Formats: sequence, structure tokens, C-alpha cells
Amino acid sequence: MDTVTVRKAPGHWPWIAPLLVLATAYGVIPFIGTSYLFEAILTPFLALSLAGLGLNILTGYAGQLSLGSAAFLAVGAFGAFNFNLRVQGLPLIVSIVLAGISAALIGIVFGLPSLRLKGFYLAISTLAAQFFVQWALTKFGWFSNNSPSGVIDAPPLTIFGISFEGAVGRYLFALTIVTIFTLFAWRFVNTRTGHHFIAVRDNELAAKVIGIPVLRTKLLAFAISSFIIGVAGVLWAFAYLRTVETGGFNLDRSFQIVFIIIIGGLATIRGSFFGAALIVIFPLILSRLGQLFLGDIFNSGVLEMSQRIVLGALIILFLIVEPNGLVSLWDRLRKKPLRLSRIKTIN
Amino acid sequence: MKPTTFLKTAALAVALAIPFASAVHADEQFFPLQSYRVGPYAAGGTGFFGGFIDYINLVNTRDGGINGVKLTYEEGETQYEVEKGVEVYERLKTKPNIATWTPLSVGIAYALIDRVTTDKVPLTTINHGRTDSTDGRVFPYIFPLLLNPYSETSGIVNYIATKSGGLEKLKGKKIVVLYHGSPYGKETIPIYELLAQKYGFTVQQIEVSHPGNEQQSQWLTIRRTKPDYVVLRGWGVMNPVALKTAQKTGFPADKIIGNVWSNSEEDVTPAGDAAKGYVAITTQASGVEYPVVQEITKVLYDQGKGNLDDKKRIGSVYHNLGIVNGILNVEAIRIAQEKFGKRTLTGDEVRWGFEHLQLSRERVKELGAEDLFHSIHVTWDNHEGNGYVKFQQWDGKKWTPVSDWIAPEWALLRPIIEKSSEAYAKEKGIKIRTEAEVDVINQSTAAQ
Repeated sequence: MDTVTVRKAPGHWPWIAPLLVLATAYGVIPFIGTSYLFEAILTPFLALSLAGLGLNILTGYAGQLSLGSAAFLAVGAFGAFNFNLRVQGLPLIVSIVLAGISAALIGIVFGLPSLRLKGFYLAISTLAAQFFVQWALTKFGWFSNNSPSGVIDAPPLTIFGISFEGAVGRYLFALTIVTIFTLFAWRFVNTRTGHHFIAVRDNELAAKVIGIPVLRTKLLAFAISSFIIGVAGVLWAFAYLRTVETGGFNLDRSFQIVFIIIIGGLATIRGSFFGAALIVIFPLILSRLGQLFLGDIFNSGVLEMSQRIVLGALIILFLIVEPNGLVSLWDRLRKKPLRLSRIKTIN
Repeated sequence: MKPTTFLKTAALAVALAIPFASAVHADEQFFPLQSYRVGPYAAGGTGFFGGFIDYINLVNTRDGGINGVKLTYEEGETQYEVEKGVEVYERLKTKPNIATWTPLSVGIAYALIDRVTTDKVPLTTINHGRTDSTDGRVFPYIFPLLLNPYSETSGIVNYIATKSGGLEKLKGKKIVVLYHGSPYGKETIPIYELLAQKYGFTVQQIEVSHPGNEQQSQWLTIRRTKPDYVVLRGWGVMNPVALKTAQKTGFPADKIIGNVWSNSEEDVTPAGDAAKGYVAITTQASGVEYPVVQEITKVLYDQGKGNLDDKKRIGSVYHNLGIVNGILNVEAIRIAQEKFGKRTLTGDEVRWGFEHLQLSRERVKELGAEDLFHSIHVTWDNHEGNGYVKFQQWDGKKWTPVSDWIAPEWALLRPIIEKSSEAYAKEKGIKIRTEAEVDVINQSTAAQ
């Protein structure tokens, strides 16, 4: 893959901000966070961000709609579990890579319809992946090591002899993997192949005319996306829940990941993180505030229902205010003070 | 900072700070409740947690707590979803003086096994849960109280045998098990296969995917198979739909046997006529005639302090199960207080209490629950406690008992359970506990 630099990003933004975030994530949070922050907020946030990143490459950059993300999460989780269980002495990191490759292969198979189908029709055909994978994992007990209830325990997280057990350890494990893939994705979308993705998304016919191998590009998009989502599945199951069960990888989860990238911002790397933050953290804050202010008056059921209404209304509001997702909203907010001062000087 | 940004930041800070800002009170015992009041299983959640909370409040109001130790609780909505259950666990585990965890979901319970074992706080799964956690040698902190899924299966198979004229008459019979597509539903798959082999009946197990509001194809398969009995291993909305679809496909309701989570008023009332004659297993009777239920009505509901929104649900199957769960929790703490002193106990001390939770029929009568449930006898290595079961039939208005208290075949099931738990211990590298370790009390790490 040859790298092509398209544009120099403005100002110092592309390096400074991510570095600051990373420095805080590695250098500050592990020392001040509580186990609740790691186990209930950051780890699922990281796993879902990575899944969003994977889907964003497919949907945001390459323009292929998919409703099968949860299936690839499941393939990743069950794949890593089985490689780890069946092959004695296989390092966990290899199991994770192999799980990603399994997800990529299945992604390619279910990406084949994309050669003929577009838009909603493709989305519907990816539902097949969703249903097939869940069915197969439930039907064949081998995948869950014949566990009677279909729930399996995740193995301990140990890489190169370093144990990542404990709340902070699991968080750092997830953070490292997410960082690696984010760097990869960030570089990747600026390569020639990355531009092929965008070309296919924007105008398939034009892309074909200028000699982009559309077929290969689409399948590659499915493979890369599924690989990343598969790894996200490993994080979800091994670092967050620590049990693996098909029930958690249902259609709802697929929709959740689609919402993440739509709300966060399609075809942006940051968007997946913004979207995941909204989907994971926002309901928690709402529920906490509801419990604090109204907990004595209403029971938890009424509160839960009202939170859903509030959350739904806010999502609609976000999308009306900024159809391009939270990323654009964020960028606009950052520029706003400037604009205000400019108006003042004009006046 | 702009005012709106400031407000937002303040609200966020408040929201995230709440779990850590809990004051420590002396002589309190806290019950974190992973309850669910919305979603497809809300009927079970509101009934069960309603009963549990009612009993906690009764003990507080009537007796001033357990020997002066007040009981407190806080609910966290899980919607029966594993990740929400984990979130609630992580949020509430920072509270001090935790007695027991009660997720009322097999999926959540599985995800918490490692966590509660590390934190050394007991987790109870009354009438459900992971069957091999009955083996206290391997699972010191997990208690599938009263009736584990295998005992339930044995009870149902024995009931079918009685109806057919003895265990030997089971030979050649055809039984279909219609199960909920969740960890809970799948738990009994191997034991049905095993009992089918042992007694010579054929079994076909059909899954209904969660939540189960569409079962046409399953019941068409059942109609083709023409089984002698269908065991309904349902949960929530799946149950009335099953009964209605059975009626539509012409399968008689009195040949359907409900399991212990398909036995409530909420399961049959929505099915209307289709449920008439339907039989289900239970560990606790429904009805308001039991002294403890009477007291809850008098002390709480008449004062407007009851937890159920609908007073008609007092004494329903789920409500009574919640009350029984309350009795078991409170008595476990009382028993542990006898040993460790009448004060707030640590999670591990409550674990000791559960491991000595032995309530004879006389003691159950003293507690005002005679015949509400039979008795329980938990020991350090038997965390189920040998609960008895009863069968009840729905007549269109109420449940009528159609059997006496029956004992499942514990001796038959124990080796199967031990095989499974020992395999788990080996896989996870757990050292099998001995009786001497029961009295060793570890400091709970959860509240620190």
C-alpha cells in the first residue's frame, strides 16, 4: 500500500489532541479512576468504539451498509475462546488475531452480496449474517465447548507473561488494542486503498471507469471492517463481560453500532468514539441523575422508561441540529467562540 | 466558563460522584437489587422484587430489623440484560455492608460468579441459576436456593410418571421440552437427555428465541410430533403465547406442564381460556392466606407502603416467591448473627449464614409461612438446600394444588452435579473446598 498525503490537516490538531487524550488515558486515568469507571464505563466504551470504528470503515468510508456487526463481534468472541481452548499453548494475542481473521473471512462471505446489492438491499442481506451466526453458535454446542447453558467463561488475559487481570489491567489491555487499531485506521484511510474505498462510496461507476477494482475494494472493506469488529468482540467478551454468550450479540447490538457511527459521524475516526461515548455513557448519566432527583418519587421502572424517552428525544435533536454527527457539532462548538468574537469586532 | 457548560460539568460531576458518596452507617445490612421493572420480563421482576422488598420492609417496620440491624436496599434496573447487570454490580458494589446479590437472571449470575467470588459476597439464585453451583465445594459464594434446574426437571419427570402410572410407564412416552432461548432455558438440556435415557422416554427439545412472542413454527412441529406431554420451560411473555398457540394448534392445555418460571398468574391470565387445565410446578404456594402475607398486607399495604402498584397481585406466585426469598435472606443473616454477633455482617459472614440456613417445617411455621413453602436445609456443600415442590393447576381464576409436597431425586442428581462442578474446578484451577474451610471468614473486599 503506498501512502498518499492528500491534505495537511489544519493547525496542530491532528497530533496534539490525540496525544493528549492518549497521555491522559495511559498516564492519569489508571491512577485516579475507580473500579466502576473502568469496569462499567471505560471498558465497554472502548469495545464499542472499536466496533464502531470497524463499521465506520465499511459504512462510512466504503459506503456499504451493514446490519450484521453483532455477528462479527460474536465470531470474534467465540473464535478467540475456541482458539485459546483448542490449541494448547497458543498465546492469547495469536488467538485474538486468528479470531479477527475468522471474522474477516466470514465478513468476506457475507460481503459477496454487496457486489450486486446496494443500500437498503445490502443492509437486509447482511441481516443474514446476523441471524446465521447466532443460529450456528447456538445450534452447535461445540462452539461453546458444550456448556449446558451456552455461557462460557473468558480465559484470563495474559500476554507475553504479563497478566492484565483486575479492573485497571483489563482497561489498559482494551486501551492498547483500541489505540493500535485506531492508529491503523487513521493511517489506512489516507492510503491509496483507503481512497479507493471513498471513491467506491461516492460514485461506483466513476470509480470503475478510472480503474479501481470495485469488487476487490468492497470485499477488502468487508474483510478489514469485520476483522476490527471481531477484535472488538474479543474485548467485549474477554475484557468487559468476561462471559461469552450468543444472547448479547443480537440484532439490538448491531443497531447500536450503526447508531454509534451515525450519531458520532460517518467517515470520521473520532466519530466512533463520540458515538460510543453517547451510547454508553449518556444513558448512565441520565439514569444516575434520574435516580438522584426522582428516585424517591418513582420506582426504577418508571425512571428507566422516562430515560428512554429523553434519550430518544435527544438523539433526534442531535441529528436535526447536526446531521453529520457529533464530530461536526464538536468542531463547530470549538470554532464558535472565534466566530462570536469576530461578530463582536464587526459590530 | 459559560453558564451552560458549567451546569453540564456540574451535573456530570454529580452524576459520576454518586456511587462513591455513600455514608457509612452502623448496624445496617444492604441489599443491592439488580431488578427489572421494564422489558419483556417486567411481570416477573416487579412481582419478585416487590415481594422481596415487602418482606425487607416488614422486618424493618415490625421488628426494627434483624436484632436491631436495619435492612436497606437500592434497586438498579437491568432489563434482564447481562451488560446492564454488570454495570449495576459495579455501581452498587462500592456501597458498604452488602449482604447478598440477587440478579434473578441466569445470564447475569454467570457473569457475576467470578466477581462475587473475588469480592467474597454471596449471590443467590432462588429456583434457577447454574445447576452445578449447588456444589458448595467448588462455588462457595453461589446459592441456587430451594430448587436448582435439575431438581426441577426431576420433579416434573416424576410428576409425569405419576400421571402415567409409575416410572416404568415412562418407557416409550414422547415428551417435548419447549425452552426459552437463554442461558436459563438451556440449562436443563443435558438432564432431560439423561433422564430420557434412564427411563426410556424420547425427548425432543425445541428452542423459542428470546423473548418468545412468536411460536407458530414450534407448535406446528409439536403437532407433527404428537407428544404425550409438553414441558413448557418458558419465561415472561413466552408463556401466555405458548398456551395460546397450543390452543390454536389444538394441543390440550392439561398435557402441558409448566416449569417453575412458567407458573405465575401473569403467565396464564393473558392466555385466557387457553390456560384452563394447565399444570405447573412450584416451590411456593400462591394465595394470601399465609400469616406472613397477611402481615405484609396489614403492616404495609394498608398503610400505603407496599411495593406492588396493583394490590391484586399480593399473594401471587411471583410476589410470594419474593417473600420466600426475603425469608431465606433474613434467616441466613439471623443465623450468621447467632455466631458472629448481632451487628452488621461482612459478605463472607453472610455466606456462612447461608451455609447453615436450615429451616425445619416448625421454624417455617413460626415464621408465618407454613405451607407457603416446605422447608430448606442448606449445608456447606449443598447450596440448594433440598426444597420440595408441588404441582398446581389453573382453573381459569386461580391455582389449585393437585399434588402434595414432592421431593425431587437429589441422590440421583448429585453425582451428575459433582461431575460438572469438578470439571469446572479443574478448568478454572479452583481448589476444591473442604469442610474445615467453611468457618474461615475472609475479609470482604467489596466495600473497601
